[in-house]
Order: sequence, then C-alpha cells, then structure tokens
Amino acid sequence: MSTLVAPSKLSRRGFLKTASASGAALMIGFYWPGFAAAENKEEQTPNPFNAWVRIDTDGKVTLICPKSEMGQGVLTSLAMILADETEVDWSDVRVEHAETKPEIYDLGTGGSSSVREQYLPLRQAGAAARIMLIQAAAQTWGVDAVTCHAKDGAVIHGARSSRLTYGELVEKASQLPVPDLDNVTLKNPDNFRYVGKSIPHVDIPSKVDGSAQFGIDVRVPGMLHAVVARCPTFGGTAKSFDATKAKAVPGVRDVIEIPAVGTGCHSAGGVAVVADTTWAAISGRSALQIEWDNGPNAGETSDSLREQMKSLTAKPAKPVRTVGDADAALAHAYKTIEAEYELPFLAHATMEPMNCVADVRADGAEVWSPTQSPQWNQSVVAQAIGLKPESVIVHTTLMGGGFGRRAQTDFAVEAAQVSKAIGKPVQVLWTREDDMQHDFYRPAFHHRLSAALDSAGGVEAWRHRVSSVSINALWRPQADPSDSEIGGCATYLPYQTKNFQLEYALALSGVPRAWWRSVENSSSGFVVESFLDELAAAAKTDPLEFRLRLLGTERRKVGKPAKKGGEDWLLDTERYKAVLQLAAEKGGWGKPAPAGRARGIAAWYSFDTYAAHVAEVSVARDGKVRVHRVTSAVDCGRAINPDGVKAQLESAVIFALSAVLLSEITIANGGVEQSNFNDYQVLRMPDTPEIDIHIVPSTARPTGMGEPGVPPLAPAVTNAIFTLTRKRIRRLPIRASDLA
Amino acid sequence: MASITFHVNGKSQTVDVDPDTPLLWVLRDTLQMTGTKFGCGIAQCGACTVHLDGEPTRSCITPVSAVEGKRVVTIEGLSPDRSHAIQQAWIAEQVPQCGYCQSGQIMTAAALLKRKPKPTDADIDEAMAGNICRCGTYPRIRRAIHRAAGQLSAPAKHKTAASAGGVR
Repeated sequence: MSTLVAPSKLSRRGFLKTASASGAALMIGFYWPGFAAAENKEEQTPNPFNAWVRIDTDGKVTLICPKSEMGQGVLTSLAMILADETEVDWSDVRVEHAETKPEIYDLGTGGSSSVREQYLPLRQAGAAARIMLIQAAAQTWGVDAVTCHAKDGAVIHGARSSRLTYGELVEKASQLPVPDLDNVTLKNPDNFRYVGKSIPHVDIPSKVDGSAQFGIDVRVPGMLHAVVARCPTFGGTAKSFDATKAKAVPGVRDVIEIPAVGTGCHSAGGVAVVADTTWAAISGRSALQIEWDNGPNAGETSDSLREQMKSLTAKPAKPVRTVGDADAALAHAYKTIEAEYELPFLAHATMEPMNCVADVRADGAEVWSPTQSPQWNQSVVAQAIGLKPESVIVHTTLMGGGFGRRAQTDFAVEAAQVSKAIGKPVQVLWTREDDMQHDFYRPAFHHRLSAALDSAGGVEAWRHRVSSVSINALWRPQADPSDSEIGGCATYLPYQTKNFQLEYALALSGVPRAWWRSVENSSSGFVVESFLDELAAAAKTDPLEFRLRLLGTERRKVGKPAKKGGEDWLLDTERYKAVLQLAAEKGGWGKPAPAGRARGIAAWYSFDTYAAHVAEVSVARDGKVRVHRVTSAVDCGRAINPDGVKAQLESAVIFALSAVLLSEITIANGGVEQSNFNDYQVLRMPDTPEIDIHIVPSTARPTGMGEPGVPPLAPAVTNAIFTLTRKRIRRLPIRASDLA
Repeated sequence: MASITFHVNGKSQTVDVDPDTPLLWVLRDTLQMTGTKFGCGIAQCGACTVHLDGEPTRSCITPVSAVEGKRVVTIEGLSPDRSHAIQQAWIAEQVPQCGYCQSGQIMTAAALLKRKPKPTDADIDEAMAGNICRCGTYPRIRRAIHRAAGQLSAPAKHKTAASAGGVR
C-alpha cells in the first residue's frame, strides 16, 4: 500500500505525488471538482485532493475515483480517458470507488458532471503520469526525454530500440517532481485509441450472472437485518408504540426508536425492528403497534398544493430575470396567448430500494452505502451518531439506480442509528412501500405563461411565472430556490423575444423533495417547448420552422455571463438548431406520418448538452396514447463512448416517458397515496417505442449525458398529440380522459 | 419454524425457517445467494424471478413451504461461466446499466427461449411485461433476446459495442 506524503503548501490546482516506503507505486493526486451538495471543506482538510491515479509495479493503472457507478457507465468512460492519456492498454486500467477517509473529501455524483467536468483534470493527471514515466526512462538511458515516447504501458526510445515497461519505471518515476498540470502536454485527440469508441462497459459481465455487489448485497460478519416503521405523514413522529407482538415474532431481536434528524438531511426517524433475517424484520414490523403524532403537515393534499401554486402564479411574483418590459408589451400586443401548465410530484423508484449497512463501534464507524454522495453520508452520519467525520468510513457500493435519490443521506443515517443502538452491524432495508412513500420527490410545479406575438409572427413578449416547492427550502423552510432550480434554459431562453420576464413564487409544502433526473429541466423543458408549439400554432407556422426562426440566423451564445470557463459553457444557438434539424431530418419531419399517427418535435439544452426528439404518436379511441417511435439527436461534444451515449439517451427517453404517460405521486393527509409499482406505474416493455439515436459528430469538450435526454421528450410527445388531435396537454401525466 | 428441503442450482438444501418466508429471503438471507433481487415484494417488478421446476416464478411471493422437494434455478445457476446464450447476448448487446433488475430479466428471458426458441416481438412483449427496468434497457433486452434466439436477421439498428470492435 502507498502512504500519503502530506503536502506542505500545495495549491488547489497542484499535484500531490506519493510513494510508499519501498517505492511500490507511483501515485498522483489531483482535485476533481465535486458535487454541489458536498460541503467545501478545503480549509480543514489535510490535503486538497480527492482523486488519484496510481500506477503499480505490475504496470496496472488505477483511477481512485470520487464518482459512483449507478448504471451511467462512469467506471468505463473515465477509464477510457485515462487509458488514452497514460498510453496503456485498455486491459491494464481499472477504476475503484474512492472511500471517504480523513484525507479524502468531496466525493459525489450528480448533475451529469462526471465526464463533463473531469475530462480535462483526468487527462492532465494521466498526462503527468506519462511524462514522469518517460522522464524516468530517459534518465535511465541517459537520453533526452523528447527522443522517447510512451506506448502500450511502456516507454520506447526509437533509435536504441530500447523499451522499459511502466512497472519497471514506477519506482524511479515516483522520485521525480510532478509537472505543473496546467502546462502538461496532452495527447493529440487525433491519436485517441479508446476515446470515441464503443468500448464494452467493464461492469456488465458481473451484471449478467448475479455476482455484482449492490448495497443490498453487502454482508458483514454478525450483521443483523432491520426495517423501520416511519410516520405515513411527513414530519410526524411516533407518540407511543407497543412492541410486544413484534418481539414475539421468531427471529426478532429488538425494537428501538430512532429520532428524526435535521431538516437538511431530513431522516424521518421512526421505530426500527431488528431481526436475524429481513423477513423476520418485515414480519415484526407488521406486528408492531404504533400511535403516530401526525404533526403539522397532516392536512396537506395535492389539491391544496395545486390551489396554492395556481393562486401564486395568478399575480406578479418575484422577478428572476427581466429584459425590457414584458407586462407593457403584453398590454399592447397584436395577439396574446396564455396558458397554465402543471406537473406532479414524482418518485425516483430506483429498482434497488434504499438500504445501507452500518457497523458503529465506540471509536468509529464503517458504512457500506449505495450512495451518490459518500462525503455527505460521512458528515451526516457522523453528526447523527456523535462521531467525528474522520472516524466514519463510507464504502461506496454499486447502486441499483440513482436518478438523484441516492444523493440523500437518510438511509445511511438510519443504519448508523440502529447499529449504534444495538452495538452490532446491521443492514437497514426499505421495502418498496417505504421507498415509494418516503422519497425526496421531484417537486410539483405550476407554470403560467403569457406571450405576445407581433404581426410578423415574431415573439414580442414572453412572461413566465413559476411556482413550485423548492428543493433549497428543504434546508431553510422559506428559502428561495437557486436560479438553477427554476428554469435552466427557460431562464436564458435561446428563442428571441424583445421583452422577457421570468418570475418565481415559492409554495410551501411538507413533502420532501430533491433532485430527480434532470431536476428543473424536467419541468421547464416540457413547459417552454410546449408553449412554443402553442405560439407556432397561433402564428400558423410549422413548429420546426417557428423554432428555427426564433433561434435566428446569427450564432448567439446565451446564458449567464462569465459562467465557469467563459463562452464555451454557454448555449450556442447554432448547436441548438443543429440538433433540431438533425432530429427532424432523421425523424421524417415534414413527411406524412403513417396513418393515424402524428409527429411532434422539441429540443432542450441542459448540463451543457443539446438534445432534440421527434416523437411519432397515436391516440386510441379510449384516449390511450401510444408512442411508436422516438428519433433523437444529441450534441454532447466529443462522445467518449458512443454506445454509452446511446444507452443514456435510450434510458432518458424511457424514464421520461414513464412520467409523461403513467407516473404521479399524489398527497392526501400529508402523506403519499401510492405505495408500489401497482399504483405508481412506470413504463414496461410493451409500451416501449423504437428509439433511433443520432450523435452529432464533434470535437468540442464532452458534456453531460445522464440527464439531458429527459427534458425534451414530454413536449415532443404532447406536441405530436396536438398535431393529431388539436388537444393541448398541459398537465402531466397525460390522462386518457383528456383525450377520449 | 420448519425444516424444508429443496434443490437450488442442482444442490439439495435444507433450511430451518418460518414456512411462510418467501423463497426470495431464504435465498438471500439464509443461503447467502444474493444474485436474486428484491424489488417490490408483490410480484409487480420481476426482479426476484427464479425458475421453479423450469417455470419463471416470482420468489418474493412464493412461500418457501411451496418449494419443498422442487428444483429452483437462480441466476447463479443459469450457467457456471456466463455461457448461457441469454447471458452472452446480454453482454453482446450491452444491456445492463445499473444492472439491478437484470437477474430477473435474464431468468424471464431464458424461460421464454426454452418455451419459444424463436419468439416474435409480441411474444417478447408478453413474456417480459412483468419485468420493470427503470434504466430503460428494454430496447436492448429485445435485441438481446432476438440475438440469443439466433434471429437477428438484419444488422442491429444501433451498432452494438461488440460489433463496433471492442478493444478488449
């Protein structure tokens, strides 16, 4: 094992090199920008690195990685980038999940950021390793490093036909200074061997024979099993409980109360039943008698929230972004159009229900967590059980789906609370009902849009009022949401309008909510791209032509100025137009659809990626919608693994289609009415459309792929329904009664 | 508690458990075979699918008392080395994403092929409708079943990882 050499005074952008006493590995640490939810602890952290490239004496290259694998293929795509830059054979690279340790921080996965934000840092770290290995070889041979090159895990000196493997060079290389990462010479992308190719995902073989270890599969010696009874009303607590019958169930060891924790991490608390097996715990919980204090949210219903939001958007709200004077322009318009849109709470419903294993001892704790945010797990768990964060190690396991749900910490807190109480390792498992009824839901939204058309069919004014229950408000009950929670590209609309106003009104609700695949874009993408279609219809213009006209003929960069790396991180209207045009061309736009069907089109920009869909749809006499075919175009910059890009887009289409056609969480008595996949329906095989994906060839920097396919799917479908039926869907999911 | 004997992947197993315990939890907690997954507990999602005397069965609602003397095959027993045609096709078509539902998908698909070696799209819809995948791998599952059945007549619509010349 390598040991860390503590840096004396290293800058954030610097490199850390470590070597073991025996020089057994070359290890380069670097900082990998993390996940928004993780707190920045730079000041108190012993070193500023959270990712390492390690090269061992057998020549194997390992990325110790702060990103979690949840099906998005990150263990493969990151390894590909590293293999290319370090010049090793693909079979010699692997990726490990980093563990939380005192010296490691800022671990987390979200925001489609793993490739989009780490492409350059990872290449720089790989290049630094390669350069050091070349220097080590050059010194050994007494030649100039520029006469040497790296290939297939070895350094070669052409003139002398000499060759030294990385394994042979590791010890010497580890004695060399690490080059400044900002000045390392990166590989010419024209010479990439792996990046840009559809490399099979490294984790797939273990996922076809049952050997992949998910969080739920973790087994620790002496481990017990627990389930927790939580109050069905959000914010409620156990007033009293009688465990007599529960304890009489064979195999039940203990019944204990665990407290709710915080507002920010929001672990519901409840009564835990601990047993020898999962089934005994579940049976024990069924026998448990609890009297709940339902707390302050008991009166909340979906209808009451809808009325609250609807009345909030009926009057002026807090301006988020203003250009010109939309109110005045609307008052004097040639033609105005107004519409309201509604979206419900949605559950993540990952296939693997929440779970976590914890082993809490007096001096420290280990947690095995299927988590998107190991770092946050660590700090919240530590706080909940009265340990210092550095005494808690979080092992990140594979996840049976994340979609944002596993960015939360409640399951880890519960496991730690129970383990501490019983003094033994324990797995807390959520049943599907627990998972469905105690999620952090995609917020419900109400939108009210008004637009003024001029006589030439241009948009004179656009006013968009949004009301929702904010995610930020989870931390402070009346906090406004962050900008990014409201609109995404609805805030900086690529479509030209002289007067623009976006307003926001915060609604109050006791329902926990958080990030759900594509976050606010799942709402604003639907609303904006639907309303545009309404305007196109009012202007009697083809929806594609209308969009292209509003995008304009001149290339524009749209977005919040000076974001991150400058213009490269802003929306480019030409790229937006290009995905619309590609999806249209491949999806048969402008050609007659098969009998009884129509097509709709929509695009969206999120996580720096451009996506467009053309949906081909029919509606049965009873109002049932069938999506036959989806043709998609995506511009994600350089596609690291094209088959992986396609997989993510297919996944996004199907995930989004569930929310268009089937899924809805409703609230009664301050709790969730749905309980399982029988009443929270998701898409199944027979309703899956054909999906045809086209990737825009690009050498631009790679951008996000986990989420951007989601937002434009709903409007592509509902726009097609309008073309077919002249009925405009303004509320999701689509109800057959709206179309029958 | 009761002593119950059945065969799992060709091996006789005797367990001493509450006879109402679903087979799923006996496999996972008693026999420590975690390849079979818990998804819903009410036979809605198919993640827990095993073969019971050859028939695809939801182990989450099958009490272990009902399998006394019967033959159970789980994902671990489908083949010793991922060589089953369905497993091979799953790799070739790069089906799994998070992978959690795939044990159940594979067991359901393997049973389909046994019953119908050349399934149509309608056969696949019918057989696979009970297996949910939240990652949305359905198009690839369909292709993989056709591939395993040796009936990928036309080249796959999407160039697959395997045909794109995997580097391994």
